[in-house]
Amino acid sequence: MDFLLNITPWPVASALLWIVLGVTALYLARSTAHYAIRAGARTLSRTFRIAATMVSKGRHDLNQRNREVLLAAGREAKERIIEREFDRVNETVRKDLANYPKLHRALSESITRIEEDHQNSVDVPPDPPGWVKAVEAVAKIDSREGRVGIGDVLSDIHKSLVKAHAQSMVSYRQESGKRHALLRRMRPDWRKIQQTLGHVGKDVDSLLDRSIAIDRHMQEYEDIVSGKDHAVSILSSSSLVQFFVSAFVLLVAIGGATINFSLIARPMAEMVGGTGLIGGFRTADIAALVIIMVEISMGLFLMESLRITRLFPVIGALPDKMRIRMVWVTFTILFLLASVEAGLAYMREVLLQDELATSALLRGADAAGAEAATLTGESYWITTAAQMGMGFILPFALTFVAIPLETFVHSLRTVLGLVVNGLLRILSTTLRLAGNTFRYFGSLFIKVYDLPLFVPLWLAERAARQNGTQKSSYQGVL
Amino acid sequence: MKILTIILSCAVLVACTRSTVDNHGVYMLLDTSGTYAEELKKAEQIIRYTLSRLDATDTFAVARIDTGSFSEKDIVAKVTLEDRPSAMNKQKRLFAQQVQKFVGSVRSSRYTDITGGILQGVEFLNEKAPGIKTILIFSDLKEDLAEGYVRDIDLELDGFSVIALNVTKLRSDNINPREYLDRVSEWEGLVVKAGGKWRVINDLDGLEGLF
Repeated sequence: MDFLLNITPWPVASALLWIVLGVTALYLARSTAHYAIRAGARTLSRTFRIAATMVSKGRHDLNQRNREVLLAAGREAKERIIEREFDRVNETVRKDLANYPKLHRALSESITRIEEDHQNSVDVPPDPPGWVKAVEAVAKIDSREGRVGIGDVLSDIHKSLVKAHAQSMVSYRQESGKRHALLRRMRPDWRKIQQTLGHVGKDVDSLLDRSIAIDRHMQEYEDIVSGKDHAVSILSSSSLVQFFVSAFVLLVAIGGATINFSLIARPMAEMVGGTGLIGGFRTADIAALVIIMVEISMGLFLMESLRITRLFPVIGALPDKMRIRMVWVTFTILFLLASVEAGLAYMREVLLQDELATSALLRGADAAGAEAATLTGESYWITTAAQMGMGFILPFALTFVAIPLETFVHSLRTVLGLVVNGLLRILSTTLRLAGNTFRYFGSLFIKVYDLPLFVPLWLAERAARQNGTQKSSYQGVL
Repeated sequence: MKILTIILSCAVLVACTRSTVDNHGVYMLLDTSGTYAEELKKAEQIIRYTLSRLDATDTFAVARIDTGSFSEKDIVAKVTLEDRPSAMNKQKRLFAQQVQKFVGSVRSSRYTDITGGILQGVEFLNEKAPGIKTILIFSDLKEDLAEGYVRDIDLELDGFSVIALNVTKLRSDNINPREYLDRVSEWEGLVVKAGGKWRVINDLDGLEGLF
């Protein structure tokens, strides 16, 4: 620094000289420097803008892909729902309408029986009582006019008629009773017909309801197939909801698995040793973890075999006979593992009591004190049974993890797509912003470069103006 | 494919190697000479505490200090704890019973051969080769060798921790405390010179820092 100020005997003069030299150099290099700054800024700006455009294009492609995946997933889900609805319709038709000939025959028989009963129950009018009155009148005339012989005959006729009338009345009452019995017998048939028709009505209503649901699902399916934005929006929000719900359920399941792990990790040390390590982890812990993982896998296979989930298409595509065999095999393995876990849970309690007793003994307690330190009698079996119960139930409970897991896996694709889309959007905006910033920084640097050159620039401008004045006056003279 | 199989086999072998580097080996010497034998009830408490702190694959031995302590016969009880928790608990209980029996029937010895006991402890622990080696000396550190016993042998205590417990003051120490201080510092010098770490714990209520 001193060297710079010592090129003349006067430091101020040296400094001024350096400033003049510097300004002159900057002024001479001005156009080149401006060009370089402008070119640099333009290059950086364009590079960033191109990068932003590429990211935007990538985001667009990703959006397109996400949309396709979402629509495909939605289409598949909707197909499953519609298929299920048709299955239900088929089941209803098979179960109820397949019995229709039988039903029809039952109805016809009932109706025929009712008709026959109705025919049989037609009321037969009794003998007109006029005959009796006429015979009575003849009998009276006979006795009045003293015709005793005729009178006797007529009296006999009269008696016979009265007797016949009485008999016919008895017969009539009996017939009426039978008819009433027939009519009474018709009542259950009526009720049966009414009930049968009621069932048919319900089935038909159910079919109608199903058909309405199928219509709605078909409409949504058509929207998905035609790729409408509305359908994509519904599927997207549905995926997000499913993602969070399934993630929550999976967290609960992880909690269950952790409890399960703590139940069997300690007694596992009794089986595989307590100090062996595999890859830095205790062998007993790994063994317990493997048992839980195998249980979860068996649960997944069981759910797949039951066609509740569809994570492994191979299992779903197996012949029904093989699939049902697989259900039994996986269930048996699961049952055995659950039993093993229950045994280990029991072992855990035994070990715990043993450790408590030993600790008490080592603390200086006598045998009675050591026994008192452990749970005995009534309370002992409660904790043991609770642990065994948990050890047995948790593997079966973990089986149902397959359902949220499937939902999670399917919705994860959509959620990841949305997240990456958001990140790309931010990146694109940042790159575009950086491109613009470099462009404006180029202009700013040019101004900053010109700032120390204000004196020569002013002089140059003044000279240019003077030249312009001289030129114009010269042109005016000419 | 062959290379992959070899790599996987090596990985499994390495992964399955049992870790015994961090296991603990403890050798405890009990002074049974003279009036110090009356202190053995306290030693029993320490032994129980030590047992409660030891884990699977750890080794523990209790030996007496008598006239000639450089002998396997002076080992009162020894155990290497098993891997299985139930077996380990059984071993601990049995060990505690053995010590209790010993404390109840101990007879005091005329002489005190601490160096011989340490030599025996070093030999025992080196043979068991645990990751951490500790020698506990439950004594007043007053060595009293019988005539003819040679104990001016250089100790090899590299990697050993030697902890003196319950170093009681003798009557003569009360008259001249320098004797006590010299005795303790003499042992400290001996252990440190031999490459070991030295500690003294007299407050038996604060055994948390023992291991």
